[in-house]
Amino acid sequence: MVKMNLYEYQAKELFRKYNIPVPEGKNYEDLSKIDWNKFPAVVKAQVLVGGRGKAGGIQFANNSKELMEKSSQVLGMTIKGLKVKSIYIEEKLEVGKEYYVSITLDRSARKPVIMATTEGGVEIEDVPDEKIKKFWVDPTIGYSGFIGRQLTFDLGLPDSEGKQFQDILAKMYRLYREYDAELVEINPLVITKEGKIIAGDAKVIIDSDSLFRHKDIPENAAERTELEEIAYKRGYSLVELDGDIGVIANGAGLTMATLDALTLHGGKPRNFLDLGGSDDVEKVVGAFELLKIAKPKGILVNIFGGVTHCDTVAKGIVEAKKRVGIDVPIVVRLSGVNEDIGRQILKENGIEAYSDMMSAVEEIVKVVNKQ
Amino acid sequence: MSIYVDENTKIVVQGITGHQGSFNTLQMLKFGSKVVAGVTPGKGGTEVHGVKVFNTLADAMKMEPNATFISVPAPYVLDAAKEALYNGIDLIYILTEKVPYQDTMEIVNLARKMGKTVVGPNGPGITSPFKSKIGIMPNQIFKEGNVGVISRSGTLTYEIVDQLTRAGFGESTVVGLGGDPVTGLNFVDVLSKFKNDSQTEAIVMVGEIGGTAEEEAAEYIKKNIRKPVVAYITGRSAPKGKRMGHAGAIITRGKGTAESKIKALEEAGVKVADYPYQVPILLKEVFK
Repeated sequence: MVKMNLYEYQAKELFRKYNIPVPEGKNYEDLSKIDWNKFPAVVKAQVLVGGRGKAGGIQFANNSKELMEKSSQVLGMTIKGLKVKSIYIEEKLEVGKEYYVSITLDRSARKPVIMATTEGGVEIEDVPDEKIKKFWVDPTIGYSGFIGRQLTFDLGLPDSEGKQFQDILAKMYRLYREYDAELVEINPLVITKEGKIIAGDAKVIIDSDSLFRHKDIPENAAERTELEEIAYKRGYSLVELDGDIGVIANGAGLTMATLDALTLHGGKPRNFLDLGGSDDVEKVVGAFELLKIAKPKGILVNIFGGVTHCDTVAKGIVEAKKRVGIDVPIVVRLSGVNEDIGRQILKENGIEAYSDMMSAVEEIVKVVNKQ
Repeated sequence: MSIYVDENTKIVVQGITGHQGSFNTLQMLKFGSKVVAGVTPGKGGTEVHGVKVFNTLADAMKMEPNATFISVPAPYVLDAAKEALYNGIDLIYILTEKVPYQDTMEIVNLARKMGKTVVGPNGPGITSPFKSKIGIMPNQIFKEGNVGVISRSGTLTYEIVDQLTRAGFGESTVVGLGGDPVTGLNFVDVLSKFKNDSQTEAIVMVGEIGGTAEEEAAEYIKKNIRKPVVAYITGRSAPKGKRMGHAGAIITRGKGTAESKIKALEEAGVKVADYPYQVPILLKEVFK
């Protein structure tokens, strides 16, 4: 499961689809298109990072003139390195109380857990555990009305709020299931001065492995760096790090172990790059193409051959040296299926491959740190 | 003895005519596994490496399989697993990666209620040398012995099993849990089996960042396991909030760090290796 955050405006659109009450609002990408005329209003930066309020990404306006001022401030500003490409303008609520409710995966229980508290409006991590009421849903039975009633009693909600709360929770659970969400969260769940319950904010994270059955959800790529995005589009699992040793390995676990070993030996990895379970010369060449963009001072290739054969990797390295034009030192470790053939191929091309991981790790750290 | 799979394991491969299904059927047969049938809708009546193919699992049940190897595309995994549960299969191994986690959650919770075992998705399976193997672990790295191995990883498991075998150790059973946030088996499930397995005299745990399964395992070991345990945890150098290849390997909200796991395991008396090559060295110490 790869998590995919939705923007607030996308999440609120989903909430509307499920009739979960949200404030009236509209998303704008262009200042000249703003046609909002309901005041007081809130201007909210649409970015996929937390802490936008503190960064000045949430502003209030009492009239059209203020609205244009605030909107031009927020649209285009940068929050934690991300440019604000759209703003969501909505009516300002008359807040009475702020609650919290969410549905998310509990990995240990392997079940969805509903969490609710009457102390909303702050980070849920800051709420004392005894104030948070929880219910683990059995996914083979699903949601039922009694769950909402039980949480209503646990939270001690007055009758006027209980029915609204239960109605919202039932709809949230439907959204959670039908859209393969990893998280559906309302914080704050606002109780207005008139006693109406409404979703002040909306956070939805979708399991991107499920996107094949949610054609209406566009893929948001904002959480990847430029190089990570290129790698992702080419079918590689790459994570950028801030060191100078390029890494190519096979399997996520072995790749992580390689980064750890480098770090413990005083080296600084430039990246995580997993060849995955492929046995394809071109996949190896493509990995070097990505590392060329990353500009490391040296490259460590660490392969334990299984599905990926060592001779395939060796051929890929030789090809990459010819075609991609790698001019930094390459240190290779080959072990497992067809390691002898692989080592021979490399030897014929002037590369001596190691058979154990530690020698290769020590060598690349030595070579790079000498530069 | 061994756990989960042995001489009595009879495997059906759901998706046997696909590339992975066919390749791994051959490898399992070479290892000595009893692969008794395959299923691919529309390919009934054909054979793959001498194994009969059926259109439905219900038809294949005449070959009396008790375990299934599911290798179908992610959107069809839920259906294939339900077909297995309907037909009373005891052990369900899912190779497929990128299965929607809510599908996995449904499969795992259904199976638990029915008293069935799910391993995976997105893992290398289970091997008991040389009684049986269900999964994709390379055949040549194993030796029969008294070390039980549990891992969240694939290649890293091979790396460590290979080191064990080269150092003169052998394995009772090797279990690959899978790299997803929700998996059928977790460390505690497998530890409780190794606890009662007479062949297993020491346990190796290979964990990684993300979730709290290693911390829960440490708690369980402290209370229940008297056999020596050696562990290796990856992801010490992983930045927070970045997913390291495996969907489940991510530090979120300060939880799931390597430090927290290593600390919990050491407090439970587990020897934790800094590098994979140290695992056999630490094992030699505990066997003294």
